Amino acid sequence: MAQTATSPARQGTRWGRVVTFVLLCLGSAIFSIPFIWTVSTALKTKEQVFAVPPVWIPNPVQWENFRRAWTELPFPTFVFNTVLITLISVVGQVTSASLVAYGFARFRFKGRTFLFYLLLSTMMLPAQVTMIPVFLIWRALGLIDTFAPMTVPAFFGGGAFTIFLLRQFFMTVPRELDEAAMIDGCSYFGIWWRILLPLSRPALVTVTLFSFLAHWDDFMGPLIYLNSMEKYTVSIGLRMFQDMFGTELELLMAASLIHILPTIVLFFIGQRYFIKGIALTGLKG
Amino acid sequence: MAITEKQAQALDSLRAGKRRKVPLFDRPAFWGYLFISPWLLGFLIFTAGPMLTSLYLSFCKYDLHTLTWVGTKNYEVLLTRDAGGLFWKSLTNTALYVLFSVPLGLTGSLLVAMLLNQKVKGIALFRTLFYLPSLVPAVASALIWQWVFHPDAGLLNYGLSKVGVDGPDWLQDPKTALSSLIIMSLWGIGGGRMIIFLAGLQGISDELYEASSLDGAGAWHQFRHVTLPMLSPTIFFNLVLGIIGSFQVFTSAYVMTGGGPNNATLMYVLYLYRNAFVYFKLGKASAMAWILFVILLVFTIIQFKSASKWVYYEGAERE
Repeated sequence: MAQTATSPARQGTRWGRVVTFVLLCLGSAIFSIPFIWTVSTALKTKEQVFAVPPVWIPNPVQWENFRRAWTELPFPTFVFNTVLITLISVVGQVTSASLVAYGFARFRFKGRTFLFYLLLSTMMLPAQVTMIPVFLIWRALGLIDTFAPMTVPAFFGGGAFTIFLLRQFFMTVPRELDEAAMIDGCSYFGIWWRILLPLSRPALVTVTLFSFLAHWDDFMGPLIYLNSMEKYTVSIGLRMFQDMFGTELELLMAASLIHILPTIVLFFIGQRYFIKGIALTGLKG
Repeated sequence: MAITEKQAQALDSLRAGKRRKVPLFDRPAFWGYLFISPWLLGFLIFTAGPMLTSLYLSFCKYDLHTLTWVGTKNYEVLLTRDAGGLFWKSLTNTALYVLFSVPLGLTGSLLVAMLLNQKVKGIALFRTLFYLPSLVPAVASALIWQWVFHPDAGLLNYGLSKVGVDGPDWLQDPKTALSSLIIMSLWGIGGGRMIIFLAGLQGISDELYEASSLDGAGAWHQFRHVTLPMLSPTIFFNLVLGIIGSFQVFTSAYVMTGGGPNNATLMYVLYLYRNAFVYFKLGKASAMAWILFVILLVFTIIQFKSASKWVYYEGAERE
């Protein structure tokens, strides 16, 4: 569980803390530089982009680049499509995964252990093994170039990792609460909705963030299934942008930032629950 | 327990000799199956069925129009006389990528997690800064790094020139292209794997550290004899999934190099994707998928077999 008090042993010597601090500063600087570089490039004039030595602070600041990145290709459409796909998938994934996790965490039934191991083993299955037949299914249903192949599967359990995380969290919720609710006339669905979900907020936030990232980021799915430009997602649109404006790096970086921004905003909103969510689910086992 | 209360009622009625059947809706098992049914259905439709289908397809020639059984020909062609040896080329590239990116990535993630587990000023900010790169979507990340690797005006070669090194044309030189992808993958060491390590580190009880320092153990000794053993299940988890994930590297190669130059970054899944969705050789691509699956299965089994030697589970049993 998350530590509250720190022992002297872990706190280390004064000298050790100084070294840690310096290493942290250095490391995070190295990790942040590509970001700063991207933001800086996105705000430069064409001439300044290729200047050697590089100009770090753009002068003049070209906000114009963002407007052009937004309008040269139908980016608003791409964003709309991606938001739609992501929202539907996140809802499907979190709802169905939490139901399945509830089933595994709270009920005894024949084959439960076997099925749970089967579920965990699917984490190790490379997606390529099922990719082609799944494509054939969607093709047979006439749903190529629609959002169905990216969204519908999310409603079927939402993946082993999500289920596992939620199940681990549900196990930490005392069963006495279920009993009390049951005595008050709560149904099994009611326990899931009124007891487990509200008490699992850190885990739900974590899972939602992961789910959002996975769908917002998805590249292979849209690459395989979407053909017409008005259906494109941001990741495919960005790839197209690279083909058309590959040399105009200020635009390319501005477009990339548009792709990045929502994930960072969401992270900051959910951050306070996030690390707690993983720490509490006891992934260490 | 909520469930046993109903069961107790059922038992009572049985004992009383009333051999009445418990209604379906009162049986917890029914509800258990009901709640897991989305996954069960999904498993059958999107996993088990397709697995068998792709196994079957791997013994066929299929171009979306005609399906013919060809026996083991796809496998033979791939392993012995694939056009230009591209199968082996892609497998070697991917193996090299895994060989470097996984150990470097895991070690890096563990180091970052250990640093972030210390109590120093501004730790929340540091955690965020290390985590941010893993929030960058794969395509955006590839574009950013393509620009960092730019031979003339790129950030990396500028940095190298500062220390007197004339940097290569990273992505266009067959000698450095694969290394570039590995370097880029390390940008993500502060991500999910690091968080899992961090959670693992925080789960190690302080008493162990106190006891060992009372015994006079130094920092290295503590790391070697307390941290590593206690963290071994986490390392195991990250290692198994890290290898599986790295073998499937796709987007960075697709966006940054397109598999080039001269197939130096032709990754296994990129080649598989081309066979499936560019050349529509679905049988051959399915055979590739199954070869990958078997490779990963062997790796995973080896790791699980070796786990008893180095993975330490605290307590005998977990719920």
